[in-house]
Amino acid sequence: MKVIKIDKAKWASGVSSLQGTYKIIGPAVDGDAHNFKELAKGEEPDFNFLNTKLSPKSIVFPQSEKMLEYSVDENKEDHHIMKEVKKDYSPRAVVGIRPCDAKAINLVKMNFDTDDYKDPYWLKLYEATTFVGLACDKPCDSCFCTSTGCGPYNEEGLDILLKEDGASYVAKALTEKGETLLGAAGFSDAGDEAAFEAGKKDAEAKITSSVQTDKLKDFSTLDLYNADFWEDLSFACLNCGTCTFACPTCWCFDIQDEVKGKDGVRVRNWDSCMFPLFTMHTTGHNPRGTKEHRVRQRFMHKLKYFVDKYEKGIMCVGCGRCVNQCPVNIDIRKVCDVMNNHVPEPVK
Amino acid sequence: MENPYLPYPVRIDDIEVATEDKSLKTFKFVFLNEGDEEKFAYQAGQFAELSIPGVGEIPIGIASSPVEKGFVKFTVFKSGVVTTHLHQMKVGDVMGLRGPLGNWYPWDTLEGKNILIIGGGFAFTTLRSSIVYMLDPANRSKFGNIDVVYGARTPGMLLYKDELVEWEKRDDINMHLTIDTEAPNWDYNVGFTPTITEQKAPQADADTYAIVCGPPIMIRFTLPVLENLGYKNDRIILSLENRMKCGIGMCGRCNIGKELVCKDGPVFTLEDINLTPKEY
Repeated sequence: MKVIKIDKAKWASGVSSLQGTYKIIGPAVDGDAHNFKELAKGEEPDFNFLNTKLSPKSIVFPQSEKMLEYSVDENKEDHHIMKEVKKDYSPRAVVGIRPCDAKAINLVKMNFDTDDYKDPYWLKLYEATTFVGLACDKPCDSCFCTSTGCGPYNEEGLDILLKEDGASYVAKALTEKGETLLGAAGFSDAGDEAAFEAGKKDAEAKITSSVQTDKLKDFSTLDLYNADFWEDLSFACLNCGTCTFACPTCWCFDIQDEVKGKDGVRVRNWDSCMFPLFTMHTTGHNPRGTKEHRVRQRFMHKLKYFVDKYEKGIMCVGCGRCVNQCPVNIDIRKVCDVMNNHVPEPVK
Repeated sequence: MENPYLPYPVRIDDIEVATEDKSLKTFKFVFLNEGDEEKFAYQAGQFAELSIPGVGEIPIGIASSPVEKGFVKFTVFKSGVVTTHLHQMKVGDVMGLRGPLGNWYPWDTLEGKNILIIGGGFAFTTLRSSIVYMLDPANRSKFGNIDVVYGARTPGMLLYKDELVEWEKRDDINMHLTIDTEAPNWDYNVGFTPTITEQKAPQADADTYAIVCGPPIMIRFTLPVLENLGYKNDRIILSLENRMKCGIGMCGRCNIGKELVCKDGPVFTLEDINLTPKEY
């Protein structure tokens, strides 16, 4: 594993020289917060942020994405035949992704990359992307990554881990993809790995918020599902869907056809389990017809179904976005603890 | 990388009105490209996405049987945007077919067993596929007794009537057709499906499986009847429906607990279903 030292004075020119080979996506000021966007030539990723308002999941899973295209013009020989859309899968690098968001992309990969089916859209963007993480030395109050199997220096899902170290950055190449990028940027001075050890310890100590998840896997699904706390936990929910859009591990989507003139596209858009239409049958019957059903689905999915299905822990990386952005202060940390501390009714 | 969202182009080869109220039609599709039919190799009990460019997709059980070659058939109830559009389409029109999707009735397990099939209304499509499969000369000897209880409101609402009449004449399948209330020229049973199941279905034993498909109300009243007849939950097989988009376990909406109806199902035993939230 190569560790490289990058003088901050050489950083901008290095990133800029990458732009011949890579699209660079980095944090930038977007209204009242930071978000990830493609940076123009000469534009530097702005590291003066705690975390971005939206997660960077859209880099591999755009909010709206063309899947297929076709013509409905009956004068054309191939009308009503669906075709692949030509897309840009040239190399790109996301520079400054937080370790929690990188781990989230790894968790979501399990949904899109299965033994039976591969989602080509998600996987091709994933494969085209080099993930350059930025360690968190100043975690937010709402961060609880250390209790979700993640952490401010977590390396999972990253090709490079960067950390700030005074007048320089230290970069740890974690994969071949990462080494290639560092080489292309012309960064080659040897760095000291010890910086990571010390930084990690300090950063982890700053995270004071946590969740308890140890008992989740032992409950029967129906014990948790039928527990009496869901009405209370969902009472204030507006079903606005903010949590699902901000969440780096939420992946649900809708598929729609759109036709303009005689040209049609099949697109997929982010969807949300908070919306009644998500599950409504044509008959009007809705298996998750109340907000209590929908809130329960979201938390059961993240904290029970996912845990049981993949045995890789919970589907939450502790980024705290939903905690900060929920308009009615529903807090996944509280929900998780209530679930984990549930005492099932004794069997009569 | 194969794109599981890309449908096979198909042409509508035939359209048949399936019920007297014209709410159901049977569509016969042929594949436009050579080799696609082989790629679409399916088992009785699976479904596919009927994919209409410009309109959308709808998951429908496959009504034709793996032993029928050269085409695929679906019987479709006119109800939503896509199915209403489909009902207006004509022979010769081109659209897409994506699949086969989901699991199927457990044919390996069912080999050597007696099979009780219970169907109601227009949920008889994959059951038709199954019966045709079992009655095929190459397969009939693999199964024990076959009993079929099939009910609809009126004689005109029964699907696949010509075949039902033929099956009635055979001695290697016991048909128990029924309609809700008396009708002229009806020579078979009268009464709801659960009642006729109670009267005609064989008692359970370790070698008998029941496959049940129908509207929720039929299922609700049939399950206690099966219990009285001694059927254990792992011998009762059901096929579920939920709203779907991707059909391949990715889009996130059709789950019941950790099971995805589109990929882990739609076929489940009652034993499995009883371990999951009733979100279907």
